[in-house]
Amino acid sequence: MQPTSHADTHIQASHHEEPGFWQKYIFSTDHKIIGVQYGITGLMFLFFGLCLMSVMRWQLANPGQGVPIIGNLLFHMLGESMVSKTGVISPDLYNSFGAMHGTIMVFLAIVPLAFGAFGNFVTPLQIGAPDMTFPRVNMVSYQFYFMGGVLMLASFFIPGGAAKSGWTSYSPLATIADGNIRPNGQTFWIIGMVCLISSSLLGAVNFITTIIQLRAKGLSWMRMPFFVWAQFVTAFLLLLAFPPLEAAAVLQLADNLLRTSFFLPTGLVVSGQPMQISGGGSPLLWQHLFWFLAHPEVYVLILPGMGIVTEIIANNTRKPIWGYRSMVYSILTIGFLSFIVWAHHMYLTGMGVRIATFFQTTTMMISIPSVVILTALFISLWGGSIRINTPMLFALGFLPMFGIGGLTGLPLGFNASDIYLHDTYYVIAHFHYIVAPGTIFALFAGIYYWYPKITGRMMNEFWGKVHFALSFIFMNLTFMPMFIQGFAGMSRRLYDGGQTYASSGDVMGLSPDIIGLNTNIAHAVWALGLSQIPFIINFFWSINWGKKITSDNPWDSTTLEWQTPTPPPHGNFVKPLEVFRGPYEYSVPGKASDFTPQNEPEHPEPLTRGNPVRS
Amino acid sequence: MEIPYAVKARPDTGLYNAKVGIWLFLASEVMLFGALFCSYILLRVNAPEGMWPHHWLNIWLGMTNTIVLILSSVTVVMGWASLKMGQFNRYKFYQGITILCALIFLGIKSFEYHDKFIHYKVTLKDGRVADGHLQPAETTLPVAWHLQPVIVDGNLAKGAKPTDKVVLEGWWPKDEVALMNPPLEHKTENIEIPASQIKTMENYGPWHNTYTAIYFVLTGLHALHVIAGCIVIFAIWGPLAKVWEQDPERYINRVEVSGLFWHFVDLVWIFLFPVLYLL
Amino acid sequence: MSDHPSPTQTLPVDPHTVEEMRHHIRRYLIVGVALAIGTALTVWASLINFGSREINVVVALVIASAKGFLVAGFFMHLISEKKMIYAVLGFTAFFFAGLLFLTLWSMAHDNLIHIR
Repeated sequence: MQPTSHADTHIQASHHEEPGFWQKYIFSTDHKIIGVQYGITGLMFLFFGLCLMSVMRWQLANPGQGVPIIGNLLFHMLGESMVSKTGVISPDLYNSFGAMHGTIMVFLAIVPLAFGAFGNFVTPLQIGAPDMTFPRVNMVSYQFYFMGGVLMLASFFIPGGAAKSGWTSYSPLATIADGNIRPNGQTFWIIGMVCLISSSLLGAVNFITTIIQLRAKGLSWMRMPFFVWAQFVTAFLLLLAFPPLEAAAVLQLADNLLRTSFFLPTGLVVSGQPMQISGGGSPLLWQHLFWFLAHPEVYVLILPGMGIVTEIIANNTRKPIWGYRSMVYSILTIGFLSFIVWAHHMYLTGMGVRIATFFQTTTMMISIPSVVILTALFISLWGGSIRINTPMLFALGFLPMFGIGGLTGLPLGFNASDIYLHDTYYVIAHFHYIVAPGTIFALFAGIYYWYPKITGRMMNEFWGKVHFALSFIFMNLTFMPMFIQGFAGMSRRLYDGGQTYASSGDVMGLSPDIIGLNTNIAHAVWALGLSQIPFIINFFWSINWGKKITSDNPWDSTTLEWQTPTPPPHGNFVKPLEVFRGPYEYSVPGKASDFTPQNEPEHPEPLTRGNPVRS
Repeated sequence: MEIPYAVKARPDTGLYNAKVGIWLFLASEVMLFGALFCSYILLRVNAPEGMWPHHWLNIWLGMTNTIVLILSSVTVVMGWASLKMGQFNRYKFYQGITILCALIFLGIKSFEYHDKFIHYKVTLKDGRVADGHLQPAETTLPVAWHLQPVIVDGNLAKGAKPTDKVVLEGWWPKDEVALMNPPLEHKTENIEIPASQIKTMENYGPWHNTYTAIYFVLTGLHALHVIAGCIVIFAIWGPLAKVWEQDPERYINRVEVSGLFWHFVDLVWIFLFPVLYLL
Repeated sequence: MSDHPSPTQTLPVDPHTVEEMRHHIRRYLIVGVALAIGTALTVWASLINFGSREINVVVALVIASAKGFLVAGFFMHLISEKKMIYAVLGFTAFFFAGLLFLTLWSMAHDNLIHIR
């Protein structure tokens, strides 16, 4: 007999040596640790994105005036070309802040939180799996994300500053914005995006394989919690929609560094000089490749949030979700249709009427399943024993906010009305309503909800409600006025808040009232930022001093993540799992308890001599 | 902690984890190369009539590379089959050929790339165009393959003198259309040009036109995939071969999954070759 | 852990598997030869002048697709793969077609709105 080889401990029974700090927390392959890593990093970027916008809002409300305190700090950090000595933000820096606010919020904050953090932590637990199918790939996914984030942040400090051509990085502006500086902020943006896209692709492969292969015994597809369905569809969107953007990024990188002309047309003249390029490229090609991803991307931003809200509503109404099956079919339809609506972002590019009509039609079609899901969630409240707690408040708040966001999308989906509204503040209001008081509320709800599973303590309920109330008020005060500004015709990405287009005398333009709304919005944003302080303090304080939970299932929930010890150990479930019922068996008539966990046996066998121990 | 179905297939799906994973990954790769093919088609369709190059690449080198990759695809699946029959040494032999083919492919590709970087288009001030391969021994003008264009609008780079000369082994195409469609076998001659007579001089790198641009990106990305696949196959074949002793089924799965990736790389080239070299 | 053979054994190969593999190997070799012939055919066809370039394109793509089908179907065993994989690839093909044809359609010259 040959001695057992020690070389590959992965395939033999593990030795259970306690891993060191680095192995356990930094280079972990455990989905729960990785989920927390994504969560912390994502929250930091979320906050940073808010800070960028807070500075921008000063500039919009007080164009040409130095930003107090922070302006001086920025002057010292970024230099005279970006910020004047009195703290006035230059137009270039404003554009950089704008482009990076969008990029950071979408790719470094929301997706990592919704998919990376919640997806990673909760999904394997909710399907009864010991971990993801590819734990080491999971670790690498996080590392790619981290690298991408570092590159994006570093780009602020290189000559020329960060990317400044919008989060959409349209060519040719993206290639010419920094003159002859190479590498420039756009270079870093592109390479950063390649890192982030790779992270998401690997994550998507992991999620889909895990959900297909590692569902516990008895957990059929239609017994999965809606949260898992949401993550499943989200993963498919990331898997198939991101690669064309990766391709486009490589092409734009070639334009940026190798002087190719993939997206640069023939005869391009910059600052009076013809550019020394071969020409022959197409700016529209960039737009198509970009929006082919970016439209499914917005569904990536919202679907996990819908999943989180569904879990919390079921739990706090103590009844099953109304229309679970319809919701599942709807989310699959949304996933499918989202790939063929993208050019509704391009109505003003001179596409022909027939193709614009095609995209308009598919865009209208995709609104239907979205409404089905929202309606099902509303109807789920009817007849429920509603418990009001912080997660439920945020989940309830999500519903009308997403409703406003979704409905205001309709005039943008119609070609004709979009001709007026495209690139105005109306668009900004529309999508922020979906992502800010939409997805972010869902994320807050999820944090308050799953916090006890991770830490063993509850977050403070009073301050949670304060956080909700303040956030709700100031979110609306921030974004509602933008609809009005948009209708008045105020363009996006105006460094001076619309001053250039102000009406004066006989010249028609933006009225002082419309421009004055910038001041109200600025105040609302800063108040919104301050409203997050109770949350931040609560989040950290409760780790050590929050109310300890007395049960592994403090919310009396039916889903599998609550049927583990707190926090769940490596491998999650201490005994083999079998699922006997659907995910929302609440208030079942005739049962003693108002909830039945998915894995509780139907009829516990009576103890007999041959079966002395209940399994 | 053991992840279920890492080696044995899950009964209801009939698949083991890595197989699901690799097919999902390959689906994303189809979208990646698909988007690049879309870009190629769009750029070509939008090019002015007659201004898309033909036969700028050596067909015979391309065909050799295609045969090399096809051979490697055969050997990679033969290697897997040998393992399924328990013949480890046969697998070692076949997979060795696979790796060798990969290296041959990369070698030929490098040669082709190099060829493009020493191939110059020289427009003279009198309007004539000379096109050919730079003869480095006889050329006195300082030239760097990556610092292009060498001369633009008659302006010489620092360190270059008007008396420097450029020597090409090439031809004199009569116009732009002729340059786009060089005859398959054309005679070349020794061409000597003083730098003072040159208006523009640039090599056939990615910057030259959208055709070279998409050629370098498509084949460059493909080559990166060849390198990655080669490294993985080598790692499993070499350093990680001991897993065959410890867990043969797991080893066979790894070979199968890396083989699937390799076949995909071959599949992409099967389309790249006619599109870039022949059409 | 009990479903792995003990570390000192190599995989016990049953004769059925060997017979199956021999059948597969015959196929692989035939497909390999077919691919080589297809390659030569592609080159030969590209050098023929059919009159219009479109025909060359179609011929080349048809041969390439046939070769691709052989590689995918036989080398990658797609021809006997599970439904799950077909579903994923089916959707991928659909979305790729959407990307290509919708983009082409939108940039077709007779479709564009020109402002004079």
